[in-house]
Amino acid sequence: MLEIESLTKRFDAVTAVAGLSLTVKPGEVLGFLGPNGAGKTTTMKMATGYLIPDGGTVRVCGHDIVTDTLAAQKRLGYLPEGAPAYGEMTPREFLTFICRVRGLWGGAARAARDVAVGHTGLGPVLDRPIETLSKGFRRRVGLAQAILHDPEVLIMDEPTDGLDPNQKHTVRELIRTIAPTKTIVISTHLLEEVEAICTRAVVIDRGRIVADGTPKELMLQSPSGKLDDLFRGLTTAEDEAA
Amino acid sequence: MRAMWTVFRREFAAYFATPIAFVFLGVYLLAMGAFTFYVGRFFDTGVADLTIFFSYHPWLYLFLIPALAMRLWAEEKRSGSIELLLTLPLPVWATVLGKYLAAWAFAGVALILTFPIWLTVNYLGSPDNGIILAAYVGSFLMAGAYLAIGAAISAATSSQVIAFVVSVVVCFLFTATGAPLVTESLSGWAPLPLVEAVASFSFLSHFRAITDGVIDLRDMVFFFSLIGLFLFANMLLVETSKGG
Repeated sequence: MLEIESLTKRFDAVTAVAGLSLTVKPGEVLGFLGPNGAGKTTTMKMATGYLIPDGGTVRVCGHDIVTDTLAAQKRLGYLPEGAPAYGEMTPREFLTFICRVRGLWGGAARAARDVAVGHTGLGPVLDRPIETLSKGFRRRVGLAQAILHDPEVLIMDEPTDGLDPNQKHTVRELIRTIAPTKTIVISTHLLEEVEAICTRAVVIDRGRIVADGTPKELMLQSPSGKLDDLFRGLTTAEDEAA
Repeated sequence: MRAMWTVFRREFAAYFATPIAFVFLGVYLLAMGAFTFYVGRFFDTGVADLTIFFSYHPWLYLFLIPALAMRLWAEEKRSGSIELLLTLPLPVWATVLGKYLAAWAFAGVALILTFPIWLTVNYLGSPDNGIILAAYVGSFLMAGAYLAIGAAISAATSSQVIAFVVSVVVCFLFTATGAPLVTESLSGWAPLPLVEAVASFSFLSHFRAITDGVIDLRDMVFFFSLIGLFLFANMLLVETSKGG
């Protein structure tokens, strides 16, 4: 369960997120849509405790991310934008490190790592330094890291960015497999992705929610019945907004 | 505690996963040797002690320790891994302390690897090994103080070059206040308590006191409170970076 209430973040004069409220329940896969600069990433950074909001609250399974940070972060899996990792480590070392941070040791750590590696297909590159891996594999290292501890809430910033069509398909299958018991939020530019895996889509523009519903409902709102026409109608391109 | 240990292990291993460790250790030992034997004319003194060797430590640390500290936070910010680190369920103090202690332990490894010079003086004569041990402890503490400064500054920037340059300058201030250049220029006109106050902030004064063979509580308190102060600043800098 992820509860966001009137979340606000300003950077100098720019309001990146403006009083955004959103509740995501277990079993939901929420697609977070919006043009670049709409506030998707900033919202995710606040929801995971990387940025402190200027106003509003975020609760992860009832734990406030600002006042009860560690308890909230324990229940979260997060794939930050660009899937950062420690380049000099191998995926095996990296995932072992994440296991320890997550309080998984010995057999439990090995089991968790094997499951995550199986889901993400990292087997062939397990012992190569992450910095030498292709973009697709690096993204999958980030995914493996996010799902390692079987979190209740999973937040992923563009999980399929930079993947080829086969890899995209694998990641979507993975999300579908784990979705029924989890609360999942993914941000994406790809409207086809929303249609493929999301049970709910939220469109944001300039830090505000401008549409919220199932992908089907949103398509019905569009005159042409296509999601991307609705998207264009609702949101302002960055250069126009500026 | 476990969280800190986990960060410590990752960070310590990171030094050895890249050529950083070997380049650093090589330059460190080479510089220590070059200054002691060529610049300090160790053999010409004809005395079997390590006073000359230790007298160069503050000045070598001035450059070597910021080089060790600069990557601690700046590199994470540059690569974006800081976002991962700060969204993992780790208390900030554990991350700050784990990183710092890993760098300090690495500096300790470098210091221990200077043992051949200790073997040399013991082969050539019979030095006071108690004094040498005290000086080694003092050198390690001083390295820790330089490191705490460097780590805090690294947390304030995403550029390792800036972290290095600013750290060298700040470390220089903490070193030079006890050098004759500063104390003598002050003692001409400033009241004695001021001269003493300025000098008392210097690593040189405290380190010299220890290399004389006396591990005084005051010098220990000085180094440990300085380390504590800068680690606290480091924590605040990491916390405030969350403000955007």
